[in-house]
Amino acid sequence: MSGVGGGYNSGSMKYKDYYAVMGVERGASPEEIKAAYRKLARKFHPDVSKEPDAEERFKEIGEAYETLKDPQKRAAYDRLGSHRPGEEFRPPPDWGKQFGDGEFSFEDLDLGDLFSAFGRAQGRSVRMPGQDYEVTAHISLEEAYRGTEVTLDLAVPDYDERGLPRRAQRSFKARIPKGATDGQRLRLAGQGGKGVNGGRDGDLYLNIALRPHPLFRVSGHDLFLDLPLAPWEAVLGTTVQIPTLAGSVQLKVPSGTRAGQQLRLSGRGLPKPHSGEGDLFAIVQIAVPSAASERERALYQELAGASTFNPRGHFVEAVK
Amino acid sequence: MKTEQVDWLHAHFELSLARLCELSGLTETDLRELVECGAIAPADPLAREWTFSADRLVVARSAFRLRKDFDLDPQGLALAIALLERVRDLEEQLRDLRARIPGGGV
Repeated sequence: MSGVGGGYNSGSMKYKDYYAVMGVERGASPEEIKAAYRKLARKFHPDVSKEPDAEERFKEIGEAYETLKDPQKRAAYDRLGSHRPGEEFRPPPDWGKQFGDGEFSFEDLDLGDLFSAFGRAQGRSVRMPGQDYEVTAHISLEEAYRGTEVTLDLAVPDYDERGLPRRAQRSFKARIPKGATDGQRLRLAGQGGKGVNGGRDGDLYLNIALRPHPLFRVSGHDLFLDLPLAPWEAVLGTTVQIPTLAGSVQLKVPSGTRAGQQLRLSGRGLPKPHSGEGDLFAIVQIAVPSAASERERALYQELAGASTFNPRGHFVEAVK
Repeated sequence: MKTEQVDWLHAHFELSLARLCELSGLTETDLRELVECGAIAPADPLAREWTFSADRLVVARSAFRLRKDFDLDPQGLALAIALLERVRDLEEQLRDLRARIPGGGV
C-alpha cells in the first residue's frame, strides 16, 4: 500500500506513456490531442464499443487525456521525462511538491491516481463523490437458479487523510439472490471509491454474465433445450425424461410431433426476481441413426413402400 | 468477511427523480431534458412527482458518461441514448432467437 512520509519523493513508480496511449507525438498541439481522444473514445467507449478490452483501453485513454488536455498537468507530466511504459522510474527532486507538501513516497503509487489528485491539493475542501465501479460476475446457470455468493477483489483508488491518492485492495462477498439472469445489473451501495470531504461513497455495479451451459440456452428467464427424438418416437408419440434445474421430469410427446416444435414446460425456467418463474422449452429435433442395421434398413424400405407421405408437397404448389 | 446485500436494478423497483440524479451523476435539468427528448421515460409521465423504474439507472449512467466523455449537447445525447437502447433491444432479440434455434445457432 502507498506510504506516507519517508522523505521527499522517495521510492519509484511505474511509467505510463500517455502520448503513446493517445497515439500522438510528444509535441502534439491541444487540438491534435483532442482529435486523437475523440477518435479513440468513439472506438473504445464502453457504452458504445464491442471491443473485448474496451473498458480497460478506455480507462487508459481517459487517464491519458485528463492529464494531457490540462496544460498544468501536461507540464508536470513532461517534467518526468520519457521512459519505457512500465519502467520503474524516480521523479525529479521535489517534483511531488505540486501535489501538496510533497512529502510522500511514490512506492506503489499509480501515476493516474496521482494526476487525478492534482489540483485537489489546492482545493481540499471540495466535496467529491467517490467513483462508481462496474464489475462483471460470471456465474453458472445453477448458481443463478439457487442464488449464490461471489467474492470480489478490487484495487480501488482511495485517499489518505491529506487527500493524497493511494491504491486500496478491497475484498468482499456479495449475495446474488436467485432471480438474476444474463445481463442483470445489481448495485452494491457504497462499495465503490471513497467520497472526499464528505462526498458520498461511490457504488459498485455488478453485471451478471451466465457461463454457457452444456444443455440449456437462456433468454431472459426462459430456458431452451434441444430434444432429439427418433423418427418413430415423433410419429407414434412417447414419454421422455427431461433434465431441468430442479431435477428430471417426465414429458409426454404427442404423436405426430414435428422437428422445430417447442414443447413448453411451464415454470421450469429460472426464478424471476419479483415472483414466478420462466418456462423451459424443449425444441424437437428428429435424430437419425448414423448407421442402420440390415433389419432396420429393410423395415425403412417397407415403410417407404407403404407410406403416401410427401414432405415436399408444398414445393409443387408454390411453383405452379 | 461480511456479505454485502445487493439492490436489483429492474422494473419492479422505482427510484425518485432526486435519487436517480444522485446515483447517475446527472443534474435534475439534464434528466428533465432527457425525459423531454424521450431518451428516458418516467414510470408515469403524468404523475406530479416523477419516479423511474430502477433499470433506467443503467441508461442514466450511460447518459452521464457519454455526455462527459464526448461533450454531447442534449439533442445529441438523446439521439445516442435512443440508438443505444435500440441496439440493446436488438441484441436481446438476437439472444432470444439464438436460444430458440436447435444447436444455439452456432
